[in-house]
Amino acid sequence: MYLDPHAHMVSRTTDDYERMAEAGIVAVIEPAFWIGQPRTHVGSYIDYLAWICGFERFRAGQFGIRHYCAVGLNAKEANDEELAEGVMEILPRFALKEGVVAIGEIGYDEQTDLEERYFRLQIELAKELELPIMIHTPHRDKKKGTRRTMDVLEEHGFDPSRVVIDHNNEETVAEVLDRGYFAGFSIYPHTKMDAPRMAEIVKSFGPERIIVDSACDWGISDPLALPRTAELMRRMGIPEEHIRKVTYENALEVYGKSGQICEEDWLAPPAIDQRTLYMGNTILRGGQKPRVERPERSEKAR
Amino acid sequence: MQPALELLIHWVRAHVSGDRRTWFDTTLTRLQGRDAADRALYIALGLTPRRLGKDDLKLDAEDLAAARAVRPGWDPSEWSLDQAARLAFLLTRFDGDEERFFRLMETLFRTADVGELVCFYRGLPLYPGQELYLRRAREGARTNMKPVFEAVAHRNPYPRERFDEAAWNQMVLKALFIESRLDPIQGLDARRNPELARMLVDYAHERWAAGRSVSPELWRCVGPYAQGRVLDDLARVLESSDPRERQAAALALFDCPDPRARALLAQIPELEADITRGTLTWSTLAAGID
Repeated sequence: MYLDPHAHMVSRTTDDYERMAEAGIVAVIEPAFWIGQPRTHVGSYIDYLAWICGFERFRAGQFGIRHYCAVGLNAKEANDEELAEGVMEILPRFALKEGVVAIGEIGYDEQTDLEERYFRLQIELAKELELPIMIHTPHRDKKKGTRRTMDVLEEHGFDPSRVVIDHNNEETVAEVLDRGYFAGFSIYPHTKMDAPRMAEIVKSFGPERIIVDSACDWGISDPLALPRTAELMRRMGIPEEHIRKVTYENALEVYGKSGQICEEDWLAPPAIDQRTLYMGNTILRGGQKPRVERPERSEKAR
Repeated sequence: MQPALELLIHWVRAHVSGDRRTWFDTTLTRLQGRDAADRALYIALGLTPRRLGKDDLKLDAEDLAAARAVRPGWDPSEWSLDQAARLAFLLTRFDGDEERFFRLMETLFRTADVGELVCFYRGLPLYPGQELYLRRAREGARTNMKPVFEAVAHRNPYPRERFDEAAWNQMVLKALFIESRLDPIQGLDARRNPELARMLVDYAHERWAAGRSVSPELWRCVGPYAQGRVLDDLARVLESSDPRERQAAALALFDCPDPRARALLAQIPELEADITRGTLTWSTLAAGID
């Protein structure tokens, strides 16, 4: 069983959902983010948040995948002050929706003053609503931005064991773990992390508080990054219990602190969910062995 | 207090004790306060499934009769605890101003998650100012989210009472389209009409042309208006290898006043006898479809 704790499923196809379920992914967390171009009205943000808490959740359930969200104002759009004010006003309405496991992904993009202001406001919101936080670390000036992110969280007295700092690399991981945070790694080869480097990191740092995710979205990314990385780690001799921690348990532990995600959701869902929201995972029904490749499909694709 | 609200409160209280009961009672009291802000309602609605859980309410025959008595057609037989509690919180905010309550509901609908959508649509028959909710109900009957669609279409008196013929027909066809059942639609037989029968027959032909089957329930709204080529269709369905399709054709022919329908029925005396005895009905047929 895998849990992909960072996947922008609104950008993915039904083929992706089918393959993810076949590969043993039982749950995904969809953090609110930029959609590739800026939203210009708070209304489109409202519809986006309603979408990830609504139709996307339903859609995932039809493929036997449980769908959760993080809601927040991302750093890029925090630079549009009028939009940002509007989003901050409506955010509390979404933060308590069913399956919302964190405020996120929030943090810095260019490390501007406006980004910092809305980052701080959202840290306070997470405190008030007792939700974990999912942090997006900047692509540019990453090392400094990551450090600054943690400094600000600590100024607000936010408990690091309730925070996932995502999109780490070899340069940031040591400090993030040392300071008590969960360290996320997005297997997004061109810009963030790839599977062989990931396996090396698990080898050298061990599995505690390390979380692997796909961050799959509208760019070149892989919704099967998690099962593929797990396969590679197996081949490299990393123990099965370590793989399970970094691809399932650690994410469940930290986001479980929201009270909105637990194993029973997919292993023994409430009757009303079974009737409406969740069609059951073929792997869990014992129907299939997990698989990452579908030869007949991939051949056609090539 | 509104009688529906009283019932909801009674059912929730019968279901919870201890901390859950305390949370429900305290929240309800707070929301009854005239100066309680909408924000308190939003938070209460968000917390409801977290604090109370999502058990089925499991109402008995007496409860269901009480529901029908306060609001004809109200059928909460499949409701869950969190749904009843959320609707109690909502209705407790009604202060006599129907327009204001409607605006509040619209705000909530626009930012609802799936569970809330199901709950708010199931609550349609209970909202004051029923005529205000027509556009909203039609929106719900347009969704592709099956549980949300069914919250409007199934066990809900609102569509039969308010939808015009075009909206009604679209809802019935949509139910078949998303592979939902027709039997739980209230007023299904009473609101049959020739235009719907035509739409359904066209749909059946479209499916057959593509080499696909249709739900046997489709024929339920066709029977009374079948004549000519539609009777040819029913004769064809009567030859189907699927027993449920043969049963559906028999039931449709039984509803059809055309003399040729009688003649076709006479060829299947066992099914006709089952229908006359009441052991084969549209509901028993629907119960056999998963």
